[in-house]
Amino acid sequence: MALKSKHLLGLEGVNREDIQLMLDTAASFKEILERPIKIVPALRGITVANLFFEPSTRTRFSFELAEKRLSADSVSFSKDSSSVRKGETLKDTVRNIEAMRVDLVVIRHSAAGAPHFLARCVDASVINAGDGAHEHPTQALLDMMTLREKYGSLEGLRVVIVGDIAHSRVARSNIWGLNTLGASVAVCGPKTLIPLDVEQLGVDVYVHLDDALEGADVINVLRLQFERQTQGLLPSVREYIRQYCITTERLADAKENLTIMHPGPINRGVEITQEVADGPYSVILDQVTNGVAVRMAALFLLSGGGV
Amino acid sequence: MSKAKSLWIKSGRVLDPGSGFDKVADVLIRNGRIVSIGAVKKPPVGVELFEARGKLVVPGLIDMHVHLREPGREDEETIFTGAQAAAAGGFTAIICMPNTNPPIDNQETVQFVCQKAEEAPVKVYPVGAITRGRQGQELAEVADLVAAGAVAISDDGDPVRNSEIFRRALEYASMFHIPVISHCEDIDLRGPGVMNESYVSTILGLKGIPAIAEEVAVARDIAIAEFTGGRLHIAHVSTAGAVELIREAKRRGVQVSAEVTPHHFSLTEEAVRTFDTNTKMNPPLRAEADLQALRSGLADGTIDCVASDHAPHSSEEKEMEFDAAPFGIVGLETSLGLVLTELVGTGFLTLSEALAKLTVNPARILGIEGGALSEGGVADLTIIDPEVRWAVDCQSFRSKSQNTPFEGWELTGRSVATIVGGEIVYGRQEDEN
Repeated sequence: MALKSKHLLGLEGVNREDIQLMLDTAASFKEILERPIKIVPALRGITVANLFFEPSTRTRFSFELAEKRLSADSVSFSKDSSSVRKGETLKDTVRNIEAMRVDLVVIRHSAAGAPHFLARCVDASVINAGDGAHEHPTQALLDMMTLREKYGSLEGLRVVIVGDIAHSRVARSNIWGLNTLGASVAVCGPKTLIPLDVEQLGVDVYVHLDDALEGADVINVLRLQFERQTQGLLPSVREYIRQYCITTERLADAKENLTIMHPGPINRGVEITQEVADGPYSVILDQVTNGVAVRMAALFLLSGGGV
Repeated sequence: MSKAKSLWIKSGRVLDPGSGFDKVADVLIRNGRIVSIGAVKKPPVGVELFEARGKLVVPGLIDMHVHLREPGREDEETIFTGAQAAAAGGFTAIICMPNTNPPIDNQETVQFVCQKAEEAPVKVYPVGAITRGRQGQELAEVADLVAAGAVAISDDGDPVRNSEIFRRALEYASMFHIPVISHCEDIDLRGPGVMNESYVSTILGLKGIPAIAEEVAVARDIAIAEFTGGRLHIAHVSTAGAVELIREAKRRGVQVSAEVTPHHFSLTEEAVRTFDTNTKMNPPLRAEADLQALRSGLADGTIDCVASDHAPHSSEEKEMEFDAAPFGIVGLETSLGLVLTELVGTGFLTLSEALAKLTVNPARILGIEGGALSEGGVADLTIIDPEVRWAVDCQSFRSKSQNTPFEGWELTGRSVATIVGGEIVYGRQEDEN
């Protein structure tokens, strides 16, 4: 089997079979990660460029590790796109990629659509490693992989995404993917951080946390950017914490096998307490492990593997 | 001119939206004026013949909203190349906005534009700025601007944020019988937005510009126009709510007119899904309901004009991330085709109604010559082939810039000749795209 698309730009429009294929492939790669010699020659001779125009530690390491495990040749570029003249670098990059005969490009960028721009201009396959507030497909895949490991199937699972939905690419990719796999998705956050008409995506919308948490199987907690306060979207971080921080008390009536997820990096004590983040419901470190496996799967499948 | 030049436009369907004249007839032109409309029995010696059978002969089209970038960004467009694009698009007159660098906010700059315009193939009328430097703080010297040739004032590209200044602008402009053209936008509500705020912006994760950013400003401007009795013209209307506000204002007798761009009645925000920066403009492409409201507003006369908001940008500037790209698209060479295809071809407007939006209405709003066909009148005419099917090809544009979202679109109807002051300034060859 092979993926239907040449690129992985988002989970919007990706069908159930392709998501299952990526998750199945990731599961088999995960087995490699448990071995003493954690390397396979699957991508030998394939060149990957990691273009990080936005600071990222976790995602970049995860991709780089995935590439090493698959024996790909990879080069990484890391630059805060706010410190370079907008536009210039991306266009130059396009030309360089063409000149260097790169097969796969992994791109993280602060502007929504930057990976689509690349995909239009270059022959290489493009993997979106997060574009602005648009999508972050490999994050959603690793979230789904983690849930599938725990529950077997996502069918009917009640997943609540809590926090800054408006600015979250993680939320968007999760909503597309989870809905495709049959989960029931809710979002919860202050009205000012809920994007317009989000319910048309097929999610329930809550502004009060306790209402949202009722009957939840999974809580996916999003990071709060402190600049939302200066943008006038929140009166104060203090008030946000009082209303939306996931605390042990808030989870008093939670299901026994509740799952707490967080895409990281965590603001401990802001969107989630230390106690909950490190507590028994948390799968936050499993997510990190699965991130490598999912990225191996995406790289492998997009490089023509699995045919 | 040493000898009288004459042109005989033969057997075209002569359509003058202002008078309602609509007949197959000959038009005889001499010395830049229309001599007669009717059968020519004895053609003058040495007359140039233009066979117009099956073609429409209409008043020269007027685009009352273009950006020509000169002075300042001559790499993107000049007054001359913009006028060439206008001629190729069927326009005999264009009205250029003052957001140049330096801005057209003083007599010298107006004179500069008028001087450049003398060499241009079509008529170019400058709009002066409302405020000095387009800063929204102090009124520009409007009497001077008008004396030098400005036909209206506008800070287009930006709104006049200060309501008191805007009030005084309407009052002051009324002394010279010129309209104030308003770019209606609440800057705070727009914020860092780059597309219409809606379900689509939610999906794309792009910052939204809500419809209320326009509607709040339209409501304010109408209130001020009503209070002052000044003449307000609202540029590039894009939302259903704005159409309704203008409709109500007209019903009350407020002196307000309005224009819409071809892209706002032809495209919706759905086009942005590709992240193509040629779908980024301000105001942004709106929802399907807005598009329908704009068409209804055109049909019932709420919206008086179609104007392209021709905004050339270099490909270097447009080929980048959606957030970073500038707003705006070129429009002079697609405007007529879109009007004929999207408004007339779909039955929203009759041919005469549609052409009025491009001729007599802008002429009346601005008080400029043209926009009509009459014996003794100025010989600015456009000849249109209403049946020809053609594909938009930005490589063939006369404009210096190619930033269009309509590349590859199949349109029906385009100009075949553009006549300014009796001279054919543009004639399309048979095999020419």
